[in-house]
Amino acid sequence: MTDLKFEDCLSRLEQIVGQLEAGNLSLEESLKVFEEGIGLARHCAKYLADAERRIEILAKDDTGALTQKPFAWEPDEES
Amino acid sequence: MADRAVLTVAQLTEQLRGVVEERFPAVWVEGEISNFRLYGSGHAYFTLKDDSAQLRTVLFRNRMRRLRFEPGDGQHVLAFGSLEIYAQRGEYQFVVELLEPRGLGALQLAFEQLKARLGAEGLFAESRKRPLPRFPRRIGIVTSPSGAAVRDILRIIGRRFAGLSIVLAPARVQGDGAAREIADGIADLNALGGVDVIIVGRGGGSLEDLWAFNEEPVARAIAGSKIPVISAVGHEVDVTIADFVADVRAPTPSAAAELVVREKQALVEGLADLRGRLERAMRRRVEHARQHSASLTGRRVLSDPARPLRDLERRVDDAVRRLRHAATATLRRATHRVDVATAGLRGGSPFARLAAGRHRLERVDTRLAGEMTRSLVRAQHRVGALVGRLDSLSPLAVLGRGYSLTRTPGGDIVRDAAGVTPGDAVQVLLARGRLECRVERTKEHDDRPQI
Repeated sequence: MTDLKFEDCLSRLEQIVGQLEAGNLSLEESLKVFEEGIGLARHCAKYLADAERRIEILAKDDTGALTQKPFAWEPDEES
Repeated sequence: MADRAVLTVAQLTEQLRGVVEERFPAVWVEGEISNFRLYGSGHAYFTLKDDSAQLRTVLFRNRMRRLRFEPGDGQHVLAFGSLEIYAQRGEYQFVVELLEPRGLGALQLAFEQLKARLGAEGLFAESRKRPLPRFPRRIGIVTSPSGAAVRDILRIIGRRFAGLSIVLAPARVQGDGAAREIADGIADLNALGGVDVIIVGRGGGSLEDLWAFNEEPVARAIAGSKIPVISAVGHEVDVTIADFVADVRAPTPSAAAELVVREKQALVEGLADLRGRLERAMRRRVEHARQHSASLTGRRVLSDPARPLRDLERRVDDAVRRLRHAATATLRRATHRVDVATAGLRGGSPFARLAAGRHRLERVDTRLAGEMTRSLVRAQHRVGALVGRLDSLSPLAVLGRGYSLTRTPGGDIVRDAAGVTPGDAVQVLLARGRLECRVERTKEHDDRPQI
């Protein structure tokens, strides 16, 4: 999912919360948007947690093409 | 005549060259630039002058390139170089090795000049500034892999959020060629794709150390980046051209890292808040519905949906019975009157009485018909009113909104999946018509979210 889609999910979720809070949907519609909202919230949370932690350094090979290699880095001891 | 020593022009010039070039191999000269001309060859020619003298001066291309400011007329400069004789034109020229402005430092002047030029081009305009992504997943860093800046940034990002990917474009951040490497690093991260934000910077140092960030290639690369750029050069007090062009200026590399993760932190909290609001709103909505349904149940109209229908039938039957009764009574009264009239008839003139009797009989008939019609109309009105009242309470109105009622053949309402077993026949009442169904499968718990 691209960043833009994430933003879209988030704004749809905001919209749904606004509708539900306004409280003028029928019970049936409320349930429908609630289920959608929960789905979106899960999706967003997953997206936030998903990114893999990688630290890489760019290098160029003989042809000048970009390659990525792991960047060795030892964090300082936390004081 | 014979012992006159005569030199050719070339010989004299050659001797002068020896004297001059030996006597002044390296000298500092102070003066003001005038008649500055830059030729296509890349060499610059100008005159250094003061109140009473002028000195022809040349600045060759290879020296020109090393200057950190742009020389121009009226600038008061300090020049270091040597004197040379230019034989072809019978001129002596000052050949400049180093040139620096008096007054303002060379770097300072260069800074002001580049700032003015890029500013005039609109590179610093607020309208060019892009917002940082609310949640970058991949952060590009352009800096020295061995510098303090990368350590500071990685430490802060690493501590706050493990789930961020970082790609480092290595670049020397000071010395000759540093500006080019930094500019290339920015371009490479753009070319790589998938990078959401770029931090460009280095740790603190002298003005000279930070100089690369005041050079045009870096400014151009930042301006040309499709990815938002955060500049993070030196300490709070250090302001560079890169800071003016960048979308966001962070006072230090650590601050840049904080900026990136703070956005994400806010997002994570924002999402939790949204989810909480979503659930609270739904809970309120359900509670509201439950109360509403309880109040309806109190009116019995929902607890026994068939009841209003039975009531209706009963009232109709009642009305019809009373109508029939009224009609019968009227008929009986009429029959009585006919009997009376017939008896009276027997006692009077047969013809007159017969005529009178027939006349009365006709009136009775008419009244009887009117009476029956009125009774019927009254009954119809009452039934109509009843139907109207019922309609507002009727489960049929609920059915009209898309709900349905499921009943067993015995007429019991099915509220719980556990109340039927597969194979049972059920009847589903819709707003219009009914469905005769058979249960295939029961699930006591379905996938609806727990609310």
